[in-house]
Amino acid sequence: MTNHWVDIKNADLVLIMGGNAAEAHPCGFKWVTEAKAHRKAKLIVVDPRFTRSAAVADFYTPIRAGTDIAFLAGVINYLLSHDRIQHEYVKNYTDVSFLVKDEFDFQDGIYSGYDAEKRKYDRSSWGYKLGPDGYVMTDPTIENPRCVYQLMKTHYSRYTPEAVSNICGTPKDAFLKVCEMIAGTSTPDKVMTIMYALGWTQHSQGSQMIRTAAMVQLLLGNIGQPGGGMNALRGHSNIQGLTDLGLLSDLLTGYLTLPKDAEQDYSAYIDKRALKPLRPNQMSYWQNYAKFHVSLMKAWYGDAASKENNWCYDWLPKLDKQYDMLQVFEDMHNGKVNGYICQGFNPLASAPCKVKVSGALAKLKYMVIIDPLATETSEFWQNHGEYNDVDPTKIQTEVFRLPSTCFAEEDGSLVNSGRWLQWHWKATDPPGETKSDGEIVAGIFLKLREMYKKEGGAFPDPILNLTWKYKQPEAPSPEELAREFSGKALKDVTDPKDPTKVLVKAGEQVNGFAELRDDGSTSCGCWLYSGAWSEKGNLMARRDNSDPYGIGQTLNWAYSWPANRRIMYNRASCDPAGKPWDATRKLIAWDAGAGKWAGADVPDMRPDAAPEENVGPFIMNPEGVARFFAVDKMADGPFPEHYEPLESPLAANPLHPNNPKARANPAARVFKGDWDTFGKPDKFPYVATTYRLTEHFHFWTKHARLNAILQPEQFVEIGEELAKEKGIKAGDHVRVKSNHGQIVASAVVTKRLMTLNVEGRKTHTVGIPLHWGFMGLTKNGYLTNTLTPFVGDANTNTPEFKAFLVNVEKV
Amino acid sequence: MALQSLDIKARSATTTPMPAARQTTEVAKLIDISKCIGCKACQVACMEWNDLRDEIGYNVGVYDNPADLSAESWTLMRFAEVEPQPGKLEWLIRKDGCMHCADPGCLKACPSPGAIVQYSNGIVDFHEENCIGCGYCITGCPFNIPRLSKKDSKVYKCTLCSDRVAVGMEPACIKACPTGALVFGSKQDMIEHAEERITDLKERGFENAGLYDPKGVGGTHVMYVLQHADQPELYSGLPKDPHISPLVSLWKGVTKPLASFGLGLIVLAGFFHYVTEGPKEVEEEETDA
Repeated sequence: MTNHWVDIKNADLVLIMGGNAAEAHPCGFKWVTEAKAHRKAKLIVVDPRFTRSAAVADFYTPIRAGTDIAFLAGVINYLLSHDRIQHEYVKNYTDVSFLVKDEFDFQDGIYSGYDAEKRKYDRSSWGYKLGPDGYVMTDPTIENPRCVYQLMKTHYSRYTPEAVSNICGTPKDAFLKVCEMIAGTSTPDKVMTIMYALGWTQHSQGSQMIRTAAMVQLLLGNIGQPGGGMNALRGHSNIQGLTDLGLLSDLLTGYLTLPKDAEQDYSAYIDKRALKPLRPNQMSYWQNYAKFHVSLMKAWYGDAASKENNWCYDWLPKLDKQYDMLQVFEDMHNGKVNGYICQGFNPLASAPCKVKVSGALAKLKYMVIIDPLATETSEFWQNHGEYNDVDPTKIQTEVFRLPSTCFAEEDGSLVNSGRWLQWHWKATDPPGETKSDGEIVAGIFLKLREMYKKEGGAFPDPILNLTWKYKQPEAPSPEELAREFSGKALKDVTDPKDPTKVLVKAGEQVNGFAELRDDGSTSCGCWLYSGAWSEKGNLMARRDNSDPYGIGQTLNWAYSWPANRRIMYNRASCDPAGKPWDATRKLIAWDAGAGKWAGADVPDMRPDAAPEENVGPFIMNPEGVARFFAVDKMADGPFPEHYEPLESPLAANPLHPNNPKARANPAARVFKGDWDTFGKPDKFPYVATTYRLTEHFHFWTKHARLNAILQPEQFVEIGEELAKEKGIKAGDHVRVKSNHGQIVASAVVTKRLMTLNVEGRKTHTVGIPLHWGFMGLTKNGYLTNTLTPFVGDANTNTPEFKAFLVNVEKV
Repeated sequence: MALQSLDIKARSATTTPMPAARQTTEVAKLIDISKCIGCKACQVACMEWNDLRDEIGYNVGVYDNPADLSAESWTLMRFAEVEPQPGKLEWLIRKDGCMHCADPGCLKACPSPGAIVQYSNGIVDFHEENCIGCGYCITGCPFNIPRLSKKDSKVYKCTLCSDRVAVGMEPACIKACPTGALVFGSKQDMIEHAEERITDLKERGFENAGLYDPKGVGGTHVMYVLQHADQPELYSGLPKDPHISPLVSLWKGVTKPLASFGLGLIVLAGFFHYVTEGPKEVEEEETDA
C-alpha cells in the first residue's frame, strides 16, 4: 500500500477492483465502513462476481475476468476527453510534458522492438528524449505530438465506452456511472482510494492492470494524499515482509537487485542502479544505492567484505536467467533439479497446473518440507483417490518433514499491507519437537558450513565467511535478527556537513538509512527496515495509538517503512507552493518560518527542500515525477494495453482483430511445451476465475475445526442462467473441466454471477473458490490448480489464476 | 438469582414474585445489516465462547453453513439474493439467532418451572437443567430459533452471552465483528445509534431504511437496521409482524392452570412409580459398525 489501512478512513470514494477486501481482508475492511460512516464516502465494486464487498457497496458493476485494463483505460479516456483531471497536480508531478524518443512506436497492438521468436521486447526505443545537458526534454505546453500527454491521449482514445462495454461486458451506462463517480475526485478536495489484491496480480498482464489504475489515480491527483493511493492488499499476513526481505529469486533485500550474468564488474553494477537525476534539482534517491548495498554486504560478510574485494561482489550469484516459481517447476519437470527445500509453501496447491507440479516433484531425489502442517505438497506422493490419483510405488522422492512453529508460537515481526513492521509475542509454546523456522534453517546452515570446512567444495567462501555471531548459533533469536536488519555503525558515523559531529557511535544501532554509508562503516541487513530497532529500542513493539493531528497516522504505533513514513509520496499532498491541496485534510506542509517540511506524517522529501527548489515528490524516480510513460521499466510496454487472457472466449483481441500476435499479452511468460495445453472456447466456453472465501485462509484453515464447520465442502458458483441451461440446481454435484484437468464440486447457483454480453455474445462466468484439498478436516476436495494454465505475468511471472476457460456439466 | 448482577424478571411456570428492589439497564444488540459482510466471525466467536462445535457438514448449494441453527449453532449468517428493484441485485446477509423478545413466547409456553427466565436487563435465557425437552418453547417462538439437542433432549439457543453481560462485557459476537455491524449497549443508546445509521442509509437512497424492533412481541433486545424495513421478509424470511402463536396464548390464558395441574400429577405419578419400582434399567446399546 502507498497508504495504510487506517488511512482508508480519509477517503471520499473507495474503488474495490481486482480484489474483494470484505471477503479476504475483513478486519482491514473496517476502515471502509469508517469512511462511509464518518466521511459519507461511497464504495464502488467492479468485479466478475457480486462479492461480499459488493454486498455493502453503493454501486456494483460486473466485468469479464481479465479485462480490467480495458475498463481502466476507458476511465483514462473518459477523464482526458471530459477534461476531468487535476491539472496542477498532473502538470507539476507527472511526466506529461516529457518528450518521448521518435523511435518509440505502437502498431496494431505491438510496441516497437518486439521479437516474436523470443516473445520479448528490445526496450531501447522506450525512453525519453534527452537534451545535450543530459536532462529530459519537455514541452510545458503539452502540445508537442511526442510529449507523453499527447501520446497517452491518442493511445487511450480507442477505449470508448462502447469499446469498453464490448470487451468487458460491463453495461455501458454502468461503466459511465463509475467514470462519473471517479471523475468527481479530480478536484483537490476529493480523494479516491483504490484497494486491489490478487484479482489484479494473477493475470498474464497483472502488473499492467495495476499500472493502469495508478495512472487513473495520478490523473486525479490522488497519489500521496491521505485517503488516496494505490493500495495492494497482501494475500498473507507477512507476504509484504517476504518481498521486502528479498525472498524473490532476482532480489536482494529492500528491493536491491541481484546482478545479471553479464554484470561481472562491480562499479558498472552500482552505476547502472545509482541513477543520476533526469531533471534539474531532483533527489533521484537511488543515487544512494551503493550505501545500501555495501551495508548489506557488511551485514552478511563483516570484515571479509572490504573495499579491496568490492565488498565481496564476486560472491553474489549472477543470474543467467530468471529463477521464478514457474521456471523452477519447469526445470524440475525437465529433471534438472535434484533437491527442493520447501518452506512455508504449498506449491502442489499454489503453483499453476497441479499435474505438472506433481510430475515435477516426483522427479526429485529429495524434498524438505518446513511447515507446521502436513500439506498436500508434503503428501504429494500418497494416493488420495480421485483427489490425488498417484502411484506411490512409482515415486522415489524422499520427503523430510520438519515441523515448524505457527505465528502464535514465536516472537517476531510481521509486515502488514500498510508496510508496518509490527512486533508480536508468542502466545503459546509449540507442540512436540517443533522448531522455529530460524532454528531449522540455522541447523541446515551450520551443518553445511561444517561440511564445507571439512570437505572443501567448489566455492566455499560465501558459506564459510557468512557472519553468524548469534549468542546461540543454532538458534538465532528474532531480536538479534531484527537488530541486524535494522543496522548499526561499525565505526563512528559523522554528519557529511560537519565531520566533527558524530551521528552514531561505533557499535550503536543506526536511526535510519540516511545514516548508512558506502565506505564499510555501517552494516544493515535491509535498508528499507533501517531504524526499526534503533538505540531507542524495538520501535516495532510500540503500541501507542495517539493521533495528535486526528488524521489517523499514529506515528508511535509500530514502525512503518520507509523511515516510519505512513503515506508514501506525501509531498504530493501539497501544491507546488507547499500548501495542502485540501486544508481540511492536512498531512504535511512547508513551514517557511522554520524552513522545513512538517506535519502529521514523516515528510517524503528532503526536510529542508524549499518549494522554490522544485524538488519533485516522486523521489525514487530520477525524473522526480510520476510516470505515465513507463519508459523501459515494464516488460510488456510503456502504456498498458488490453490483451486477452491466454485462455479467452474470444478468438482475437477486439482492439486488434487482425493481429494474432496481439491477442494475448505478447510478452507473457509461456514455456514452449505449454502452448498446446491452453484450452479453446469451442470445448471450454465459459470464463472461470478462482478466489478465496472469508471462512478460510488458503489451504491452512481446512485443518482447523471452526473454519471447517463454516465452509465444510468444496463448491463452485454458477450463474442462474447457465445453471438453467445445464439443468443444474443448487446443491447438485457438477463437473468442471478445463484442458488441464477436472474437478467435481457442489453447485452454488446464484444471481451474483451475471451473464455478460461480450462482442454480442452471452458470456458466462464460473466461480471457483480454492480452499479444498486432500488434507485437513474439511470434506476432501480437488485442488483448484488442477484446472489452471501454466502461464505467468510478463513482469512478475505470477500465474494467471483469475481468468481461464472451463466447461461445466451436471454429474 | 442466577448471577449476583442479574435479576430475574420472569421465570417460566412460576408464580413466586420476582425481585424488584433494583433497576438494571435494559440492554440490546443492534445488527446493522447494511454494514454486515457475512464474514461469520460472530459464528466463530459464539462457538468459541460457548464451547460449541457443530458437525462439519456439507455444502447444500448456499453460503449458509452450518445449514441451519442447531443445539450447537446458536447463531448463523443467512444469505439472501434479492432484487427489491428489478435489475438491482442486493445480497442481504442477516445474522440469525434469538431476538430476546420483551414478551418472550418461549417463556410463556414453557411448562417447566425455571427452564426459561428473563432477566431485568432484557435477556431471555434457557436454564437447561430445568428443561424437560417438551419443545413447547419451539412452538412458542415466533422466530423459529430454539433447537432441541439430540444428545440430551434439551433445548438450546443464544444466551446473548448473559454470563459476559453479567460481568460488564459485551457478547462474544459483538467483540468479534470487524466492521461494527454488531454493536451492543443500552437499548436506548442502540435506538439512537440506529437512527443515525438510518439517516445515512436514506441519504444513500434506501428510502425505507428503518429499525426492526417488532411491537408484536413487545419489542426485542436484538434489533436490526434494515435497508428495506418495509419488507423484512426479504432478509431470509424475517417475519413482518411477529406474534406469539395463539396456541401459546390459549395455553397460557385458559388451559395452563389445568395443564400444570395435569403435569403435576404426571410428575407425582412418576415419583411414586420411581419409589415403588426403582430406576429404569437401560439395556446396553448395541454398537453399530
